Amino acid sequence: MKRLITVLLILLVPPFILMGIAGMGGNGDDETDYVPRKQDPMYQDASVDHSKFEELQKDFNNAHEVTKACLSCHTERGKEVMSNAHWNWERDAHIKGRGVTYLGKKNLINNFCTGIAGSEGTCTRCHIGYGWEDKSFDFNDQSNIDCLVCHDNSGTYRKAKGAAGYPYPSIDLGFVAQSVGSPKKENCGICHFFSAGGNNVKNGALDKALLNTTKDVDVHMAKDGADMACVECHITEKHQMKGKYYGVSSMDRNRATCTNCHGARPHEDNLLNEHTIKVACQTCHIPRYAKANPTKTRWDWSTATKLDEDGKPYSIDNDEGQHEYLSIKGSFEWGQNLKPDYIWFNGTADHYLLSDEIDETPVQINTLKGKYSDEDAKIWPVKIHKGKQPYDKKYNRLVQMKLWDEEKGQGALWKDFNWALSIEKGMEYIGLPYSGDYGFISTEMTLPLSHMVSPADQSVKCEECHTRSNSRLAKLEDFYMPGRDYNAALDTMGSILIILSLIGVVIHATLRAVSASSRKKASANK
Amino acid sequence: MKKQVYLYYRFERFWHWAQAILILFLGFTGFEIHGSLDIFGFEAAVKWHNIAAWAFIVLIVFAIFWHLTTNAWKQYLPTAKNLKAQMEFYVTGIFRNTPHPTKKTILSKLNPLQRLVYLGLKVLVIPVMVVSGLFYMFYRYPQSGDIETINISGLENIALVHTLGAFLLVVFVIVHLYLITTGHTVTSNLKAMITGYEEIEEEDADEEAEEEVRKHDIPV
Ligand code: HEM
Repeated sequence: MKRLITVLLILLVPPFILMGIAGMGGNGDDETDYVPRKQDPMYQDASVDHSKFEELQKDFNNAHEVTKACLSCHTERGKEVMSNAHWNWERDAHIKGRGVTYLGKKNLINNFCTGIAGSEGTCTRCHIGYGWEDKSFDFNDQSNIDCLVCHDNSGTYRKAKGAAGYPYPSIDLGFVAQSVGSPKKENCGICHFFSAGGNNVKNGALDKALLNTTKDVDVHMAKDGADMACVECHITEKHQMKGKYYGVSSMDRNRATCTNCHGARPHEDNLLNEHTIKVACQTCHIPRYAKANPTKTRWDWSTATKLDEDGKPYSIDNDEGQHEYLSIKGSFEWGQNLKPDYIWFNGTADHYLLSDEIDETPVQINTLKGKYSDEDAKIWPVKIHKGKQPYDKKYNRLVQMKLWDEEKGQGALWKDFNWALSIEKGMEYIGLPYSGDYGFISTEMTLPLSHMVSPADQSVKCEECHTRSNSRLAKLEDFYMPGRDYNAALDTMGSILIILSLIGVVIHATLRAVSASSRKKASANK
Repeated sequence: MKKQVYLYYRFERFWHWAQAILILFLGFTGFEIHGSLDIFGFEAAVKWHNIAAWAFIVLIVFAIFWHLTTNAWKQYLPTAKNLKAQMEFYVTGIFRNTPHPTKKTILSKLNPLQRLVYLGLKVLVIPVMVVSGLFYMFYRYPQSGDIETINISGLENIALVHTLGAFLLVVFVIVHLYLITTGHTVTSNLKAMITGYEEIEEEDADEEAEEEVRKHDIPV
């Protein structure tokens, strides 16, 4: 018998304690085996020094000549570039209920600067081409490709404002051509940090601060950390970049994923690995966004076109120096260090097309698909950007206004400040009917977050979601989550049972004590 | 005549106290997971609840073995004899100092009410807790990919059953803790479960019973 108990004690107690202690250590896999490219011998020495090529040692008359020089050696790269979305600003995508579509910046509308139609001359400053001024642009002419905007490693190349993608005339194209290499953060950032017309405006986690930042803001790109370039995750082969921006993308393919480097079960604690079935890595590892600089959270176009006494456009800044109002764009709200919203997302999305009729408000500019019961869906952190923008009251459709033109008098909103005219011009350019009766309507855009990953020890804690009050996932109601959810009737019944049993015990004990003492008295009296 | 009788064997006492500690601990950590308490922190509560659950399961396996091999399971066979008298005792008799209607003997340590309640725990509440707990542990959310275990469309029903059982166990513990003070003296039941010995009314039959026990070599 004694032996049995000893055996049992040995069996029961130590594992209990050991498991406990082992569990306390936390998930200590902060160190990864990753070797940043900069330190990887594989990437240290370029195999080619472009400054030694005669083809590049000359004064180029224009940017097209540079491209031709590039293609004279890299003969097949032009074709590769022409099949990617950076060039086409659209992709083929199958969307349930729509069939095969060709969607992208070229033809979609959003609730930031809305869309490029009719305003190409300024918007295509971020196109990897030269001369996309209007519909007549030749997408099949390889000499229209801008190789330099991505491959300049000198840091001196800049596209000019309102010049349809051409660089400033002052740029020394020969010098730039001799300094080409693999794209650096700066190359991607020049467009992606400044999308929607200013730093960090659109996504909220793509910020020029990433060029020189700390681990707190972004573990991957931190100068004091791995100091990774964008292309180390957005792996590019044959000019096809991995990665999706769901403002324009629709399908679950060719995405840049965390698991690509970290594997599918990166945690020591298996309970956390299990979470990855239903929770995207980003959900816990991006506790906040817009950590370094503010991002726009609301854009109200309806207040645009006000002019000052002199008939001039003006701007009002808030205390932190961000635009609160711009005559050309309307009113804005900003936010910094924001907690994301959360949605179910299975990697596919639909978009509002200009030919769609509005069937809900706020109008969903893009709809990220997914729900709890969807096997492919995971919980994702997103930024939700609210907008108010023009629509056709009669046809019940969002409309595209013409924003920009070189000159006044062409109906561009930013030159003529005339809503009615700019919408008429924009819709005419696209070739869609417009009734002439416009108003403003609320819209929403949902942007999944994948950047500004925090160090592991700053990731979202269990109790930020598994809690009854203020759970980060409070809005995702289609499933039972321990710690957050409970059955009110069961809890009430259980609590009543506990209270009744306590009351019963107290009453019973009191009666016992009273009766015992009265018996004592009685016997004493005798 | 009163006599010190060896009522609770060494394993029995070990099992009883280990089970008591584990159920209390599972209760506290469980209700923290549930969102009713804030003691260890959610993460720690989950970890410790899972560890304690496995310890509890190991203990249960040994306890079942012990009950079967010692015939101790027969202690829990329900009986109607004295059931009414036992209830009346708790409702009225106890205040008039009437004697316990059921005599404790080695072969029948439990009064008819205890038999019913403990049997209910053993065959209903605890198995339900273990099974629902294991389902809870091995439940997997609807998913694609290669992590395959139990795929049920929702966790809710499992959690509700587990929570219901937990409430019942809490109520049991409260009432149980009180009722142990209703022995011969306030502490005699507690002492018995610690030392194994209890002073009980001796009857001739008991001597025979004790003999019986010795003969059948029930471990002590
Ligand atoms: C072998 C027995 C048991 C097993 C395997 C078990 C397992 C579990 C598991 C896996 C959970 C969910 C926590 C998580 O996500 O990790 C849980 C929750 C819980 N457990 Fe247990 N448990 C057992 C016994 C008990 C006992 C004895 C009690 C109470 C006295 C209890 C009370 C609770 C409560 C209240 C919850 C929270 C339920 C909810 O809010 O959804 N458990 N248990």
